[in-house]
Formats: sequence, C-alpha cells, structure tokens
Amino acid sequence: MAGAEPRAPRFPWPALALLALAGLATLAVSVAVGSVAMSPGQLWGALTGGGSGLHHDLIFTLRGPRALSAFATGGLLALAGGLMQVLLRNPLADPYVLGLSGGAAVGALGAMLAGAGTALVSGSAFAGALVSTLLVFGLAHGVGGWTPTRLLLTGVVVAAGWGAVVTFLLTLGPAERLPGMLYWLMGDLTYAGNPGLPWAVLVVVCLLTVPAGRSLNVLARGPLQAAALGVSVKPLEALVYVLASLLTAVAVTTAGSVGFVGLVVPHLLRLVLGNDQRVILPACVLGGGALLTLADTLARTLMAPQQLPVGVITALLGVPCFLYLLYRSR
Amino acid sequence: MSVLEARDLIIDVPGRASGAALNLSIEPGQRWAVLGPNGAGKTTLLHTLAGLRAPRAGQVLFEGRRVDDWRRRALAQRLAVVFQERQDGFPATVLETALIGRHPWLAPWRTESAEDLALARDALARLDLSALSARLVSTLSGGERQRVAIATALTQTPSVWLADEPTNHLDLHHQVAVMRLLAEQAGQGRSVLMCLHDLNLAARWCDQVLLLYPDGRLCHGPAATMLVPEALERLYGQPLAVAEVDGAPVFVPVRTKPAGAGSTDFCKGDD
Repeated sequence: MAGAEPRAPRFPWPALALLALAGLATLAVSVAVGSVAMSPGQLWGALTGGGSGLHHDLIFTLRGPRALSAFATGGLLALAGGLMQVLLRNPLADPYVLGLSGGAAVGALGAMLAGAGTALVSGSAFAGALVSTLLVFGLAHGVGGWTPTRLLLTGVVVAAGWGAVVTFLLTLGPAERLPGMLYWLMGDLTYAGNPGLPWAVLVVVCLLTVPAGRSLNVLARGPLQAAALGVSVKPLEALVYVLASLLTAVAVTTAGSVGFVGLVVPHLLRLVLGNDQRVILPACVLGGGALLTLADTLARTLMAPQQLPVGVITALLGVPCFLYLLYRSR
Repeated sequence: MSVLEARDLIIDVPGRASGAALNLSIEPGQRWAVLGPNGAGKTTLLHTLAGLRAPRAGQVLFEGRRVDDWRRRALAQRLAVVFQERQDGFPATVLETALIGRHPWLAPWRTESAEDLALARDALARLDLSALSARLVSTLSGGERQRVAIATALTQTPSVWLADEPTNHLDLHHQVAVMRLLAEQAGQGRSVLMCLHDLNLAARWCDQVLLLYPDGRLCHGPAATMLVPEALERLYGQPLAVAEVDGAPVFVPVRTKPAGAGSTDFCKGDD
C-alpha cells in the first residue's frame, strides 16, 4: 500500500508561481506589442526609466493602463465565477448567472442611447448591476428564505428579462451607436482607463476570501454538513454573494460583459489543480488575469487597426483549451 | 452528568401534530438507538439535537448550555454528525474528505498539520479505506461513501456522535465493524446516538433505545425494556418473532400476527 499512499495535500506553490509568471509575461507582451513594437531590451529600458519618450508614453499612458485593466478584470471575473460556483454548488454558475451583467448592460446601453460619455456609461452600468443584484437577492429570498436552486432560478429568469430589455434598446439604437453598444455587450477594453479601482477591489476581496478558502471547501459539501463542521453557513454565504457581486459589478463597469472567463477559468484550473478553494481562488485571479490580458492583446493586434471585442478572443482561446482538459480528465 | 439533553422538546415535522414532548438525557458512555418507521422524525430529531434545525418547542442543551448559544465551531469540536444524505458536488479525494473533519479544529489561516493528516489516515485505516485514499469520492460505491462519512466524523474526534443510519449501504462485515467502532467510542467515555432500521443491530450494540411513533408519541429507556415484541410490533405495525441468538434477541418479521399481541399498551416505560 506504501506506493499507493497519496502524499500530504501540499500547497502547490510551484503552480501558483508559474501562473504568476505567466501573468507577468502576458503583461510584458501586452505593453510591448502593437502598432509600434518594442524589443525586450527597449521594454526593459523604458521600464527602468531610460529609453525613448515614445516608448515611455506607450507603456505608461496607453498600453500599460489598458493591460493592467485587462488583467484586473480577468482576475475579478474568474474569482467571481469560482465563488459563485461554490455558493450555488453548481458547476454551470458564472459571474453573470444571477442576472448581473443584464442589469449592467441595460444601464450601460441606456446611457449610450442617451449619448452619455464614458464615465456616465460606467456609472450607469455599475448602478444597473447593483439594482439587479438587489432585485435577485430580494426576490429569491421570497417568503421561504433562499436556497441555491431558488437563487439560481431567480437569477436566470431576471437575466432573461434584462435580455429582452437589451434587445429592445438595441432596436431603438441609431445605426452609428450600434457598434459601440455591441462591443460593450461582448466586452471591450478600449475605454478602460484607470486600473486603480479594479485592482483595489481585487486585492481587498482576495484578502477577504482566500483565508475563507477552507470554509468554502466545507461549504461545497452542502450547508448541513458545513454547519455540522463548524461553519456559520448563512453569514458566509451572504459574504460570498456580496463579494462576488461586487467583483462582477466592477469588472462589468471596467470592460463590459466579457463572457467565458468567469465560467471556464475556475473549471480549467480545477481540472489541473484539484478543488481546494485555498489554491483555486488565488489561481483564478492569476489565470483569469493572464487569459484576459493575452486575449486583449490579441484583440487589438490581430486585425489592427481594427479592434475585435475581447470576449470573442477569450472564447476562441478558452473553448478548445477547456474541452481538451475535460476530455482528458477522469 | 448528561452531555446532551432534550427538555420538553417537540421536533418540527411539517404537517404533523406536536405529539409528546421529549425529555431525554444522554450521558457519556451511552449508546442510544433511535427506532421508528419511515417518516417518524428520526432524522429531524437528530438534526434538532445537533442544533441544525430549530425545534417547534422546548430546548436542546449541550453540556448544560443551549445548543443555539454555542459557537458552531466550538460545538463542532465536540459533536459530530454523520448524515444520511451527502452532497458531492465537486470532486474530492477520500483523504481530502476525511481531512475536512479537522476543519473545526483549525484557525482560518492554518493548513492541516502532520497530526491532522495522521488522524485522517488512522480514521481511513480504521474503516478499511486506506487503499482508496487517493480515489475520488464520486467514484466510490454507496457503502464505501458511507464509510468515508464515518471516517470524516472519526477524524473530527467528537465527544458526541449523532449518526443517521450509519450502517446504510454497508455489507454485513462492515456493519459490524462500524457498530464495533461506535461501541468502542462509547467505551472511551463518548456518547453515541444513532438512528437505525435494523432492530438486531440495536439489540446487540445499543444500551438505550428511543422509540419514535409516526403520530409523534415516543418512549425511551434501557434496551432490555424497550426491545420487546409488543412495543416493536406496535411501532412498525409488523408482526415479529423473537429468538435469542448469540446472547442477544433477534427479531424476525413474520407473515401472520401471533395471538394476543398488539393489544398491550405501547409504552410502559414512558415518562
């Protein structure tokens, strides 16, 4: 039996370090690639204070903030997806499953339709996300208290309602505004300016959720079992719900509703790293960030000067990757 | 000194009249069997005693304090529940599953130590699961999963065990192994309460018996006074034959009702 005995479940630092390196690499590539390409030497020079003024501007005012926004958004979405999947104990859950992106979309498209500027569109999207969150939570609580199934069903139905409103807004939209609206719906980082807010939220939520990882592992086995093992189930579930909603709202506000990252990155990492939330949650942040940074780099360079919606690229990269891993898994 | 006590407890079974209140005191070293037909409220009682479900009336005291007043984590260090139904939503290995029994003992930021791992390994070995420890729980048979659940509770090192049909799905050998394990836990000064369907396991391994009738009536007392054919026939609405085998009564369902049975008072030892 000695040979079959598994080792102590050891914390997989190497895997996380590898993901962090991948994240840094995608960030470096993202700032170096574009209409004006930089060699690694030029990139290093500009980062360390030397180099040409053009390179400096490219990195610090154009590509850098956008790459950092992409990374933070990817991290936010993947973390939110991982949390939602545990909260609802449903592998199909993603950050948008509770209708949050629909609410945000109605807010954003409504603002665009009214001809509002970028800042107002973002604010309106955030407000829409907030309204949707409260709506779903309140309705799902209903008379009998909420259960994962009820929350999920309420979310799906509310999302369908928002979907109808979005379609309605699109039919009202004048032709010249339609591309912008469609890009927003598929996710677009063109106007993602200051990466400060998404990063701040990402860091704070990480600090709150990673220590709760073991409790989330227990929660994944059902609320009764979790309570019997000493978890305060209701407060933990409420915390996870609020944090996941906040993460998603900030992500949607930054980059529109980028699909796929939140659903697939957590699963992809679970297939490779197992299902310990203490590992999966930080891995989601790094993996989601790397994926979206890479996807955004491709989105703005593949058909330059034409920019593609980043959601198209995340799906094109992620679908084969995920299906391959799923096919290989036990 | 009682470790777990029910005071005027009426469990909340939806759509049922309240029935009799339960006054029960579980002491260290006791092995309780809860018997009753389907729907009598065995699982509801077990969850209520564990503080996982609010009673309709009365209270549950653990070590003299209301069970609701305990912090869940402190309670989980002392009381383990083996559930009848389990959710295996996300894949986890047998060893990982046993290790979550250490959850109440670990501060949020701490990971499992070598001692925690040793406890989990010992528990798995005790339930003949060592060879399966790297397997995913979702790939196991029903009986193997049942043993994993018991190993998880053993890893939790509680002083009180509440086990809902712990022999479910188990083969004969493992039924006896699990009952022996629970008896051994009681022998070390812990308390065990289990819901059972097998009268013969109750007769052989338990010293206290609580009979739950579907209409909410109940009675309890030492096994010898409770496990008599009249009470049990009344409990299940099923004629029984009884014989003594290997030092314990054995109850066998029969097709025809023996003459004279069924008219006696259902519970002589009721309080």
